[in-house]
Amino acid sequence: MAAFEPVLMRNVGVENSTSLDVYRSRGGYETLRNALQMPPDDIIKAVSEANLRGRGGAGFPTGMKWGFLPKDRTETYMCVNADEAEPPTFCNRVLMEHDPHQLIEGIAISCFAIQAQTAYIYLRVEFHEPFYILERALEDAYEANLLGENILGSGFNLNIYCHRGAGAYICGEETGLIESIEGKRGWPRIKPPFPAVEGVFRKPTIVNNVETLACVTHIVERGAEWFKNIGTEKSTGPKMYCVSGHVNKPGCYEYPLGVNLRTLIDEAAGGIPEGRAIKAVAPGGISMGFLRGDEIDVPMDFESFNVKTNGLLGLGTGAVVVMDERTSMLDVLHNTARFFATESCGQCTHCREGTGWIWKVTQRMCDGRGKAEDLDFIAEISNKMGMMPGMNICGLSDGAAFPLRTLVTKFRNELIDEMNTRAGGAVAAQPATA
Amino acid sequence: MAWKAIDRRTPEYDEQAPHVLTEPMKERIRAYFPRYANKQAVLLPALHVIQDEVGHVPPKAMAEVAELLEISPAEVMDTISFYTHFWTHPKGRHVIMVCRSISCELTGGREILAYLKDKLGIDEHETTEDGRFSLVTEECIAACDKAPAMIVDEQVYGHLTPERVDEILAKYE
Repeated sequence: MAAFEPVLMRNVGVENSTSLDVYRSRGGYETLRNALQMPPDDIIKAVSEANLRGRGGAGFPTGMKWGFLPKDRTETYMCVNADEAEPPTFCNRVLMEHDPHQLIEGIAISCFAIQAQTAYIYLRVEFHEPFYILERALEDAYEANLLGENILGSGFNLNIYCHRGAGAYICGEETGLIESIEGKRGWPRIKPPFPAVEGVFRKPTIVNNVETLACVTHIVERGAEWFKNIGTEKSTGPKMYCVSGHVNKPGCYEYPLGVNLRTLIDEAAGGIPEGRAIKAVAPGGISMGFLRGDEIDVPMDFESFNVKTNGLLGLGTGAVVVMDERTSMLDVLHNTARFFATESCGQCTHCREGTGWIWKVTQRMCDGRGKAEDLDFIAEISNKMGMMPGMNICGLSDGAAFPLRTLVTKFRNELIDEMNTRAGGAVAAQPATA
Repeated sequence: MAWKAIDRRTPEYDEQAPHVLTEPMKERIRAYFPRYANKQAVLLPALHVIQDEVGHVPPKAMAEVAELLEISPAEVMDTISFYTHFWTHPKGRHVIMVCRSISCELTGGREILAYLKDKLGIDEHETTEDGRFSLVTEECIAACDKAPAMIVDEQVYGHLTPERVDEILAKYE
């Protein structure tokens, strides 16, 4: 296979990459100029044909999402999801810090396609640097008539505003994000109606991830066929993968969808320090679940992660965290449980109480008072939290259930050993079916 | 964050207290009105303006911002209580946010937090006696490539070691 030429990250590392002049000198905003002369439906068609799937975690087809907008709508909003709070994901941050205009062009083309005249970029508050870079880039774009009234003489108007969050993971859920833009607590809404029908200010709204929108420009520029030739048959296009944890070169690396997880860890991220063995990997952000060290020979695409083959929820954000042989899986379990317990919004009983109790149990386990039954208890609650579709308002409880369940099932004996050690060797915890 | 109360102190509301929102602050807030379809949506930007200027959001400011946005003070309180980043009590001059999520914990974040607690002599969600630093923990701050990481005020610092923490804190008065 020929070396892969970066698409989304081609400007990362270029000097002054955040400036409008540099972006334009590398062909930037030419696609917007051309897109504004196209019938908007042709752009939606190209995005559908390219089979672009949302990069924010759920992998929902973007063209289909846009197709849900009512035909007779009078007003449309775009919300750009830059809440990026899923541990350990940071690819949107890299994109905004190094190439804000690529995102702005993607937003502008997408807004023209769905005929939205207002877009909000929902940034988590911790993104101070990306916020200032984006504000500056937006200002420059307005000045160059790439935003605002009658963009490049096309008659199309678009305003893009940054809206800063205030520290809540759940605001990355699309209806939680919408509530947060409206000035309320970020409580996800019951669906339907979906945002495409009734979103921000009760108007048709599309919520897309930063990386998804960045892809749109390249699809319009080079065509759906080109995009489909990258990646696998069902998972098309390039993807930014973040690799962190116990690796030599943590960072964000772009590959075609379907790259092998082992390649990402060994080649891109330079392997494990001192050649240690891998104990566990969470391949798609922690809410997708954990793989054992012997399960990592797997393509990083939307099809390879599921309950049947490896017990995972999906590809998620493609954020890989690597844990080497010295890692305490009990600490990982506790860390994961605490994350979801503190970030559950508290609306649904199963999620609020389930995550809360599991956290308490893991604390007890860490304190040296764990029992083998605790693992069964965690597995049972995890199974029940997202057992019935529609039982919870949003997907957070599924996102909590998968990592916790995969940890207590795949690392059971190890967790029991650790509990025994912490209890001073003599605890009731015995490997159940060793 | 959401349903778990971190700070259980009840904010004290004093009706006679002087106004918190100055005219320039109100102007900064009003500048957001054209961006949104209604005034309630300006609440998060408004709270950011207040916290930026005052350092926290006192109860008096909640009532005043409610009036400015033509919503009920209860709605302001409701929103504030949901988000971890809005503070109803004064913080120190500089706020240190230590990331405690998985990549940072794997690479020594816990030791960094312990070091900070020890060095500053305070626990999480407390402020040093001289009012210089407040210490809080955050879930993933999306700086995993620089783990372990923390934010001081608006600046992200990564690859932390105790020595580096000493150097960084020395920069803040």
